[in-house]
Amino acid sequence: MKAFTQLNGLVCPLDRANVDTDAIIPKQFLKSIKRSGFGPYLFDEWRYTNYGEPGMDCTDRPLNKDFVLNQPRYQGAQVLLARDNFGCGSSREHAPWAIEDYGFRVIIAPSFADIFFSNCYKNAVLPIVASAEVVDRLFKECEATEGYKLDVNLAEQTVTTPTGFSFKFDITEHRKHCMLNGLDDIGLTLAHADEIKAFEEKHKATQPWLFA
Amino acid sequence: MAGKTLYDKLWETHVVREESDGTCLLYIDRHLMHEVTSPQAFEGLRLAHRKAWRNTSIVAVPDHNTPTNHWDRDIEDPVSKAQVDTLDANIKEFGALVYFPFKHENQGIIHVIAPENGATLPGMTVVCGDSHTATHGAFAALAHGIGTSEVEHVLATQTLVQKKSKSMQIKIEGQLGAGVTAKDVALAIIGKIGTAGGTGYCIEFAGSAIKGLSMEGRMTVCNLAIEAGARAGIIAADETTVAYLKGRPHAPKGADWDNAVEYWKTLHSDADAQFDTVIEMKAESIEPQVTWGTSPEQVLAVGGKVPNPANEADPVKRAGVERALQYMGLQADMPITDIQIDKVFIGSCTNSRIEDLRAAAVVAKGKKVAGNVKLALVVPGSGIVKRQAEAEGLDKIFTEAGFEWREPGCSMCLAMNADRLSPGERCASTSNRNFEGRQGPGGRTHLVSPAMAAAAAIAGHFVDVRTQQ
Ligand code: SF4
Repeated sequence: MKAFTQLNGLVCPLDRANVDTDAIIPKQFLKSIKRSGFGPYLFDEWRYTNYGEPGMDCTDRPLNKDFVLNQPRYQGAQVLLARDNFGCGSSREHAPWAIEDYGFRVIIAPSFADIFFSNCYKNAVLPIVASAEVVDRLFKECEATEGYKLDVNLAEQTVTTPTGFSFKFDITEHRKHCMLNGLDDIGLTLAHADEIKAFEEKHKATQPWLFA
Repeated sequence: MAGKTLYDKLWETHVVREESDGTCLLYIDRHLMHEVTSPQAFEGLRLAHRKAWRNTSIVAVPDHNTPTNHWDRDIEDPVSKAQVDTLDANIKEFGALVYFPFKHENQGIIHVIAPENGATLPGMTVVCGDSHTATHGAFAALAHGIGTSEVEHVLATQTLVQKKSKSMQIKIEGQLGAGVTAKDVALAIIGKIGTAGGTGYCIEFAGSAIKGLSMEGRMTVCNLAIEAGARAGIIAADETTVAYLKGRPHAPKGADWDNAVEYWKTLHSDADAQFDTVIEMKAESIEPQVTWGTSPEQVLAVGGKVPNPANEADPVKRAGVERALQYMGLQADMPITDIQIDKVFIGSCTNSRIEDLRAAAVVAKGKKVAGNVKLALVVPGSGIVKRQAEAEGLDKIFTEAGFEWREPGCSMCLAMNADRLSPGERCASTSNRNFEGRQGPGGRTHLVSPAMAAAAAIAGHFVDVRTQQ
């Protein structure tokens, strides 16, 4: 996994609540057995006016000009600003794969759906929960200011706006450590393989039917 | 000291280790799998030269991509076929306790087949790369939907990295009215607490109305816990749980069975357990529900009227209502019962079990699907459900009324196979998500119970099923 330390990135505001993972990456793209290549299909039904199919070349597909991701001022955005309950619905990790592949590294919202939230960390995408007031302020500033960038510092757990307003965000020590160092969980967990084995033996002794 | 919640008990018996920040390694007893979210996990394992830690924890089945008719033609879509073939090959290479390949007589939706084979047991931790894993909480099991990286993690280590959630109790006392089902209970809960209401929580459903539900009904309620944003939904084990499991193929046998039942009796919250949040509802106040929008929280009793955005004070919510009405092609203030439908789908891991099909059949018996309804599908959740329904003659009731009787699978719940809505088509669906495009691009979904879906099929528009029986 890529490490994440710091970012000064252009912000794209997606002003909708309850953005679900079906909207982030529609089901037809889930037929792929790969982890990569989902970026061109991110928000496919909102982004294009024709129906997208896996493997389709997106360079000449008709764009929905009204969709925020297609507006020239937001090209190259790395920070996605969103509303409540972002990433709800299906557990598909294809959603963060598509977000990361498109180029987003940070998502800021007042709340996220649980499974999506933890899927992000596994894919070098940092989900940041900010209060509804802060998110509102960022939306207003972003829409009013062309080229609006945010400075995100994971070690300090801070987000800073161009005018110097700054807020802190929460992250568990474990996730922070993994993200800062680009570590994947499996290697870390297998360092405790003996403990897992010992637990398994004990568990088997108390509930043998679970192992039948 | 306060007593323990069921969640505390399930959690504590599975913690392998805990970090100083509260992050835990949780041991996983049962790993459920389907073809969509597993290929990349197996590929990761292969690339790292790792084996499955305990392949006998795995129960797998292809369900999302499989067709529900013309099985003689195999899987016609080559991309879908490749995904199903990949699961076949991965299970062959890595092993599993139970695998029902495409066309196996017991094939079906993963969340239907694991319980009916006794592979979901009280006290277990259960995971699946699928959000509706919450279903298995009906058995007093701690069941989490996970992403593909986590599928790989569980395959490789038999553990999941987790922090404990907060606990919520939703208590529903009283008796449900005639024609009011587990689906209506679940939708009413989501309508009350919202789709983010359960975020960060494990929800325990309790109270006499929940206790009065069959296992099928309890699975429906827990299935929809995820639509309330919860990490998991659970229900205490009791006589109903034990009676359901007895004699199922993978349920414990002999002395193990007796010991297991003794243990399962402890799987409830203690009387003095403390929850972070408690919500109480009266069973008598719950009516048959219909969603009108594009989020499961946009739901009303069937006697209600489509909301008017002008009455919504919060601007983000107002914009949400406006967008939903536009997408759904509905007028503000119109009665729900005036909404005409084009298609009907009875199926999905929410409502495709035998009890669901019986409830729909009662309504359909001796009637005909309305002329404006182009397609009414009944898709049983598994081969076992299908055979049981056929033994009871339910298939005849449906086909005589003009419904199509199909082979098991996820089908039009998410329309990854050929069963889908065309743009603008409106569907009464017993599934779990009414998101934009969920049942096909531009399709419009209204979530209802099986009885309400059957009643809508007959009438051609939504009706209160209580007036039909
Ligand atoms: S029936 Fe629907 S919700 Fe259930 S597992 Fe299949 S696709 Fe997912």
